[in-house]
This record gives sequence, C-alpha cells and structure tokens, in this order.
Amino acid sequence: MKERLEELKQEALEKVSKSENVQSLKDVRVEYLGKKGPITEVLRGMGKLSKEERPVIGQLANEVRESIAAAIDTKQTRLEDEELEKQLEAESIDVTLPGRPVRVGGPHLLTSIVEEIEDLFIGMGFEIKEGPEVETDYYNFEALNLPKGHPARDMQDSFYITEELLLRTHTSPVQARTMGQKDGNEPVKMICPGKVYRRDTDDATHSHQFTQLEGLLVDKHVRMSDLKGVLNAFAKQMFGAERDIRLRPSFFPFTEPSVEMDISCKVCEGKGCSVCKGTGWIEILGAGMVHPNVLEMAGYDPKEYSGFAFGMGPERIAMLKYGVDDIRNFYTNDIRFLEQYHKA
Amino acid sequence: MLVSSNWLQELIDISSYSPEELAEIITKTGIEVESVTPVAEGVSGVVVGYVESCVQHPNADKLSLCQVDVGEETLQIVCGAPNIAEGQQVAVAKPGAVLPGNFKIKKTKLRGEESNGMICSLQELGIDEKDVPKEFADGIFVFPEDVKAGADALSLLNLDDKIIELGLTPNRSDALSMAGVAYEVAAAIDGDYELQEEDVPYSNKAAGDLISVEVEDKQANPYYGAFIIKDIKVGASPLWMRNRLTAAGIRPINNVVDITNYVLLEYGQPLHAFDYDRFDSDKVVTRRAKDGEMITTLDNQKRELKNHHLVITNGDEAHAIAGVMGGAKSEVQEDTKTLILEAAYFDPSVVRQASKDHGLRSESSNRFEKGVDPNRVERAGKRACELLAKYAGGTVLSGAVSVDQLDRSEKTVSIKTSVINDRLGTSITNEEIADILRRLQFTYEQSGEHFDVKIPTRRGDIELFEDMLEEVARIFGYDNLPYTLPQGSSQAGGLTLEQQLKRKVKSYFEGAGLHETITYSLTPKERSQMLVSPEIKRQAQSPVGLAMPMSEDHSHLRLSMLPELLQSLSYNVARKQKDLSYYEVGTVFVSNEEQVTKQPKEILRASGALTGTWISHAWQQEKKEVDFYVVKGIVEGLSAQLDLSFTYEKTKLPHMHPGRTALVKSGDKEIGFIGQVHPKLQKELGLKDTYVFDLNAEELFAQYTKEEAFQAIPRYPSVSRDIALVVDEQITSAAIAHTISEAGAPLVKDVQVFDVYQGDHLPEGKKSLAFNLLYLDPHRTLKDQEVEEAHDKILTAVKDEHEAELRG
Ligand SMILES: [Zn+2]
Repeated sequence: MKERLEELKQEALEKVSKSENVQSLKDVRVEYLGKKGPITEVLRGMGKLSKEERPVIGQLANEVRESIAAAIDTKQTRLEDEELEKQLEAESIDVTLPGRPVRVGGPHLLTSIVEEIEDLFIGMGFEIKEGPEVETDYYNFEALNLPKGHPARDMQDSFYITEELLLRTHTSPVQARTMGQKDGNEPVKMICPGKVYRRDTDDATHSHQFTQLEGLLVDKHVRMSDLKGVLNAFAKQMFGAERDIRLRPSFFPFTEPSVEMDISCKVCEGKGCSVCKGTGWIEILGAGMVHPNVLEMAGYDPKEYSGFAFGMGPERIAMLKYGVDDIRNFYTNDIRFLEQYHKA
Repeated sequence: MLVSSNWLQELIDISSYSPEELAEIITKTGIEVESVTPVAEGVSGVVVGYVESCVQHPNADKLSLCQVDVGEETLQIVCGAPNIAEGQQVAVAKPGAVLPGNFKIKKTKLRGEESNGMICSLQELGIDEKDVPKEFADGIFVFPEDVKAGADALSLLNLDDKIIELGLTPNRSDALSMAGVAYEVAAAIDGDYELQEEDVPYSNKAAGDLISVEVEDKQANPYYGAFIIKDIKVGASPLWMRNRLTAAGIRPINNVVDITNYVLLEYGQPLHAFDYDRFDSDKVVTRRAKDGEMITTLDNQKRELKNHHLVITNGDEAHAIAGVMGGAKSEVQEDTKTLILEAAYFDPSVVRQASKDHGLRSESSNRFEKGVDPNRVERAGKRACELLAKYAGGTVLSGAVSVDQLDRSEKTVSIKTSVINDRLGTSITNEEIADILRRLQFTYEQSGEHFDVKIPTRRGDIELFEDMLEEVARIFGYDNLPYTLPQGSSQAGGLTLEQQLKRKVKSYFEGAGLHETITYSLTPKERSQMLVSPEIKRQAQSPVGLAMPMSEDHSHLRLSMLPELLQSLSYNVARKQKDLSYYEVGTVFVSNEEQVTKQPKEILRASGALTGTWISHAWQQEKKEVDFYVVKGIVEGLSAQLDLSFTYEKTKLPHMHPGRTALVKSGDKEIGFIGQVHPKLQKELGLKDTYVFDLNAEELFAQYTKEEAFQAIPRYPSVSRDIALVVDEQITSAAIAHTISEAGAPLVKDVQVFDVYQGDHLPEGKKSLAFNLLYLDPHRTLKDQEVEEAHDKILTAVKDEHEAELRG
C-alpha cells in the first residue's frame, strides 16, 4: 500500500506540472483528491491492515494528499496570475494622453503677500486688527497728531464724503481705535492690513486705492532697538537672510523719532545699480516711536508707556519682490497676471 | 531743495568727502538725498574767448565769421547766433572739446570757411532752458564781466558743480536754506559752520524819512521791516551769483531780483522789493484784504481777494499778497531808482491758505508756510542791503522801519540720559550726549545726566523731549542701535475666528477653481447700485457718494462687488481670455441715511462671477460650459465647508436672468443670491453666459458654530432605496425632497436627486424626478419590513402633498 501511495503521488505531481491551464488542474484535483479518487480508495482498504500499520499508512496517505493539494494550489496561483497578466495587458492605455483637467484657482498676489506678513507677525505674538474703510476725520487725522490745518494733511489728499467722514488714507486709525479700547493700561501688539484711498490719478506708480499694512506695539519700556530688531527679523524673513537693513531719519506726524527702513539692494548686493538708483539701498517702509501726543490721545501716559509703529505698502513689496512694474496690474484682474502669482 | 556742492564748500569744509559720500552721510543722519547730479556731465575743453573781430560770412546771410582770442591762439570760428558781436567775451568749445550728450567738437568748414570750434549758448553747455537768463535765451552766452581769455569757462560758469537734491520732509524746513543745510552738514560730519554777520554800509539818512509801517493784524504779521535803498542801478548780477541761482533752479533776472532770491536761498527768508516810486506812498500798511478787492500780480493775473488774505498796501491799494506774490504795479523795472525792501514774518497758515486759494506755490510761499526762523528775518533784510550796495550801486538808508511783535525766544527742552537710553535701547554716556549737542550747536546747561537744551529758533520743529530724542538718536547713528526684541508682556498672537473663517472660505473657493480678485471699492454711481442683493437693498437708502470725486468712474462706494467683477471678466474677454472664474471677498458700504452723516455699515461679502468653459477634456469629448449648477455646486460646497445648510428659492432680480436666479437662505436668514446675469447685460459687457453669486460672508460667519463633539461613525449598515416620481413640472425638487424627509423621519437620513427627466413617455406638463433615499438607524440593523413601511408612508405623503405618482 505504501508503494501504491508513493506511486500515486509521483503520478499526480507529474500531471500537475504538465497542466497548462486552470481547467486541467481542476481535473487533476478531482481525479486524485475527489471522493472517488485513488487515495480515498487506498484509505478504504485500510481495514485489511494490522493495528500497527493502520496509523502509519493513514499518516502517509494524508501526507500524500497534502503535498498533491499544495502542488495544485501553487500551480493554480501561478496560472491565475499569468492569465490575469495577459488579460490586463490587453487593457493597456496610452499613458501619454492628457488627463482630465482639474480647475484650480488661487489667491491674489496681494493676499499672498499680506498673509505671509500676517503669519510672520503672528509668530512674534501680534494680533490682526481691522477697522472701517470709511473713517471719521477724528480717527484718520486728529487722533494721529494731525489736527485740522496741519501741513502734513496735504501729503495725503483725501476722498471726503462729508466734512467729518472720509475714506481712510492709511490704516493708522485702526491703531488709534485699538489703543483707545485699552483704557491706557494694557499693552497693544497688533498689525492691521487693509485698503486705503488717496486722491491720486491712477498711473504706473499711483493708485487711488491701495493696500497698507501697519504694526503697533505699545507697552512699558518699548525701545527703539526693539523696533530695529523686529524690522530686521521681518526683512530677513521676507526678503532673504542675506539682506541688511538700515534705518534713516524721516518724518511722520504720528511717530517721533521717525525713520525709514531700507534693505540692501538684492540686484547689486549693495554696490549701487539702476534699481536702487545707485545707492545700494531700497526703501521698504516707514516706522518710528509712537508720538507722545498719539499715546496721550489714546489714554496712555507717555511717561510710562512707549511704543513703536511701522507701516508698509504690500503693493510696493510685491513690486520689489516679483518685479511687477505697474501698480494698476493689481486691480485690473487680468487672468494672465493673477495666474502667474498663484505660487507666490 | 537743490544744493550746489561748490557753494556748500564755501560755507563749510567738505573737501574730504566726494558729493556722493556726503550724500550718504546726510541721508543717514538726517535728510534724504534724492540724487547727486553733475551740472554738465562729461563736458570739457570750453574756455573763455575774446571776440576780436566779427564780420558777415561771405557766403551766408545768417552766419558770422569771427576771430576769437582763446589765450594761446586766435581761432577763426563761424557763428550763427544773432547776438554775436565784436568785443564780447564768450564761451568757446575748442576743437577736441566735448559738450553734453558726448558731442565732440571738430575742425570743420562751413559754407567754404574754416571754423575751428564753437561759440556756445548756455543750453549747449547743458544748462536747463528754464534757468537760462532771458537775454541769452536765443543766442550765445556773453560773460557779463571781465574775464581772462583762455580761462576755464566751465568753472567760471559753475559747470563743474554737482547738485545734491534733498528730499525734505515737512518738519525740516530749516534746510530750505544754504545756512540750514550747512548747520545740518556740520552736525553730520562734525564740522564748523556759522552764519556770518551782515555788514551793511548805512548812509546817514534815515529810512524813516521816506517810509512808515503800519500793521493791522499783528497775529498774522508779527514782524514787518522795510528797508529803503536809493541810487539803485538795475543791471546784471555778478556771474557767481547767477551761477548759484542757476544751480538752485532759479533763473537769473536782474541784480535786484537776483539778490532777493539769493538771500532767500542763503538764509531761507523770502524778501520782496517794491519800486518805491511806483509804490506811490510813504507808508506801508499790511492788513487783511476786503472781500472782492482786486490785485494784478507779477505774473499779470488779475486776482480777487478774500477777507482772510493778508495784503501789503500803500495805505490804499494792495501791492502784494503777503508771502505769496508781489503786485505788477510796483514791480522793479530797469529804471527803478529806489527800493522798499520787505523783510517780514507772516503767519504760516495765512500764507498757506492764500497760496492754496490762488493756486500759487512759490519759493517764498513754500518757506513762509513752513515757518521761517524769526531770528533771521531782519538779518536777511540786512544781507540783501549789503549785496544791493555792493552789486546794484545802492545806498542803504539807516535803520529798518519796522513793526515788531515777533517772539524770538529760544525754547528749552529738558532731556535725561537714562530716559534716552531707556527709549533707544542704548547705553549712551553723558559725555556723548554733550558731544552730540555741541555738534548740533545747541547750547545747554548740564547737571549730571540732566540737560536743559536751548533750541535755536532755526529748528522750529523741536519742541518735545521726543524731538530731542530723535536729534540725539540720528547723530548717534541708527546704525549704532542694537538689535533687540520686545521684552514686555507676551501674548499669543493669532487670528480671530472671523479671520480664520475668511481664510477658510478663500482657500475653499481657490480649491474649487476660482481665482481671487481685488476690485475698486469706488465705482460709477450707476454701477454702485447694480446687482445689489435684496437684503442689502432693503437696508441701503442709496449708495454713499464722495463729496468731490476725481472722476465719475470712481464716485460712489459699492453696494455689491458684482458689477466690478463683471467689468474684470469683460476686460479679460476683450483680451481673448474667455474661460474665467473669479471671486472676491470684500466689503460693501451700506448707509440707511438719505444724506450720509454716520459711517456706513461695512458688510463683508463673498461674491463670484464665472463665464466660459468650466471643464474641457478634448480627446474624451467632454466639455462643460459654466451653468447655474456649476455655480450652485460651488455655493453648496461652501455651505458644507461651514457646516451650514442653504436653501434656494427662485426669484426675479434686476439685471438677472428672470428664470435662472435664486435667493439663497441660510437658516431663515436671507444671505444673498445666485444666478445668471441677464442676457442683455451680458451682451453689453461682451460676455457669454455668465453666472454669479453674492453672499453675506459676515452672516455666514455669525451662523458658524465650531464643531462641538465628534459624531460617531454609524456602526450599522444603511439601506439605500431609489424612487422615481412623476409630478407637475412646476414642482421643485426641493419641495419633494422636503416632503420625503419629513414623512420618512427619523429613518431617512439623506435624500438626493439623481435624475430629472421630461419628454417622451411622459404626459405634457409633467416631469419625472428620481431620488435616492438613505435609511439608517444608528443603534441597530434595519429590518426590510421597517424600510418598506417607511417607504410606503413616503409615497402616500408625496401623493397627498404633490400629487406625485410612482413612475411605472
Ligand atoms: Zn542696486
């Protein structure tokens, strides 16, 4: 019986290896492992065996069954894989044809710039404040040390609606309003981006509507060196670590001392070129220590509190950073302009 | 302010710096230098020539043949200028000379005669047309005084100068004079400068014999000084003076006018000279003008005066608008013999108002408006007298006749070293402070770290501690400030919920395929009230208009962003960009007043406009134009982003397609509308089918509630059933879906339309709507029977409410 089993095993394994398709493998399975197959038959004849032989033959028969079944499974998997492969090959496509387009929009360049600056200052603990675009004369001018008749009001000819209402000429009224809410005894640390308006005829460098972003820090013991440190961090982040800054004296009615900040020219590395008009420096923003009159009007004691403020034009920054040469581009919304800067 | 570096060098030694280096120092310590420009770049080889003879060119009527002594030799030169004459001293560009524009002079022949060089006009030497004296405007320049043949004409004409242009901020009007600039430069480079004392050769006669002065409004005119100068001979002023005026951009006219202008540049004090005889009176009266009073000014304009203008009169009629412009009647002319020289202080605001009213901005008004140095007013008068005596033959009568209530006192500002260091973040010593004050030429009294600083009156901008803080800081040098970071109370920065939501909405739109745009808030009146959402229209009386718009294009504040968005689409379509999907998040301005007195409400809205092809995949023959449902899909996506549910009601709005417009509600609040732009408006704008949405972002943000708790994912399976109903074509899908949800509650969790059909196999006026229903019980598996029962209930309900029949 032992010999018979070995024989059957050899026979079956040979048939398995000769099988070329799934069907013939199935036939082998039925022929050798089915209920009417030869192995079952062998097992049926076990009754004739001695008590000692029975388990030995039984175990052998199982082993033979298992090895045949394993051989069939292995072969079957292989054949199925081959068949699937063939079938998939027939389903092949031209992978070079263009895909179905997905509509992708994107932010306006000014928004990208503003949000980048916002995030930078949020990282330094600043809040973002907003305020009305139609302002009162008081907040737009008087609260900022620009009483009626002040010569600096000429610097920013305004769009008035009534004698007391106008389109804000800068975002500084947001600073005045925010300070005013603090009862003169709480620190302020904010930036305020927004639209502003001035009586300018639109051309390549002027726009009657533009964007401004200002920052303000009021607290006890705020130093001008803090302003320099914060602006330096801003400039390096925004324009690159290799840029230097310099502060030089300027004038704004709401700050004293007032400075303008330049960054070293990227084009000529500070040697002087046409972009920086030969100076090696490019003007970026205005800043200064908050004027005591402004602090006082907002309810702070200028002996106890001090602060710094700065203001910049995101259009100008975009123009410098991306070489935009006409400010009107920001407002005509030419799709060819908008799309160019979606990665900005 | 244009500063001649040659002139500056005569006031203060700047020889160890190039003008460019000096510019950098001035910029860093105080005043921005806008440019440094050579007067005549690259010009060389121009010398003084003496015209020995000048005869008519044998072959040309309009040319002269001249023999010109240029020092070492005599050159024959052909000249075409009408004013050439024998005996003149002229500027000659010798062969080999270079003129502006790299124009090289060569020997040549003109109409058969040799010409060895060129006799130059000032324009040919690079002087700006407007600065050329009138007598030389159409010809060559002739030296007004004796100069040596062969001498370097460039330096005689100051063409080797470099002009430093200062960009002055309104506070630094002290630098509107060479003296002021010299003080500033002295502080910057630690140099020496002091304004020299005037030296007037007074005659024995007193000015008071010829003139008296009355001032009616001493507030407006706290000082008026009148000098009398007799024996004036009007003529050309000296070359050096003309050169300095030219360098400063002032055209030389005659010695009298030039001297007043020169002193204006030197001292920063405007002066005015009246012809005494033409003034026709022995008294000067300054007073407020009468309403309607007339004056003809130097520019020959008749001007009507108002009672807030200040005028200089002869007791009867006005001869000058104070500080702005003189009158034509008493103008200095060639035959003028006697002058009244005015040196006065006029109130800045009075001059500013007059200059504004008359549209006259002059070198004078510019300085008066900003406030002149009270201690230099009279001195400037004296300086002019000195120069008039020297260069115009004048005899100065002794003593100025004046009315004087001018405050010339110096203010004191106290500073303390420790406070300065606290404000700057520095560790400046008392000695350094003292040294800075010395450089600024500010006197002070020191006791320890306390300094009481006397502010010279030329620096009217310094009043407060902070002003002195700036003086110390800028001379100390901003480069020397350390970099520090704020030490104070720290707070966590961040965005408010609204700011976060605004960013979320914007990035949703961008992900949905829309481009962000920014349009103008100011629009033409007509557009400002177009396409306004009904809920805005109900609150707004009328659009808010500017009092004095610059143009009709930007006259009113928008009530909707859509009109400008459509303009943007139109702009692009006109440039062959046809497939556009734009959005803007911005404010509209809503006032409920007919006549605006209060700030309008500024409401944040999110609007969009789409036109053209939405998706096109050519080789798969897939092409989808923007339609109502594309836009609605975007709006629905927005509601999903904010976890709000919007409902849509068909509506009719002006400028919108009457059959394709819907009001949008969130909860029970109207928040805006969506739909197609009216085809008539589309046509006007050159647009194909264009769809828009306009939503109240502020209201959406208010309704937004942050996710309170995590909702468990259902553990039991849902059951999906389809149902197709035949209904009247007017019945909306939303109405049926609503009935299904109500009748199927609580098991029906979702109802979605998946097919709309109208046409064959359906009766006229009917349509078929197919819905997919989702049944779910979160706590157990539903039995078929329960679903069947609910389904039957739904069928009954839709039949009862909408006469809907199951489609067979
Ligand atoms: Zn450069």
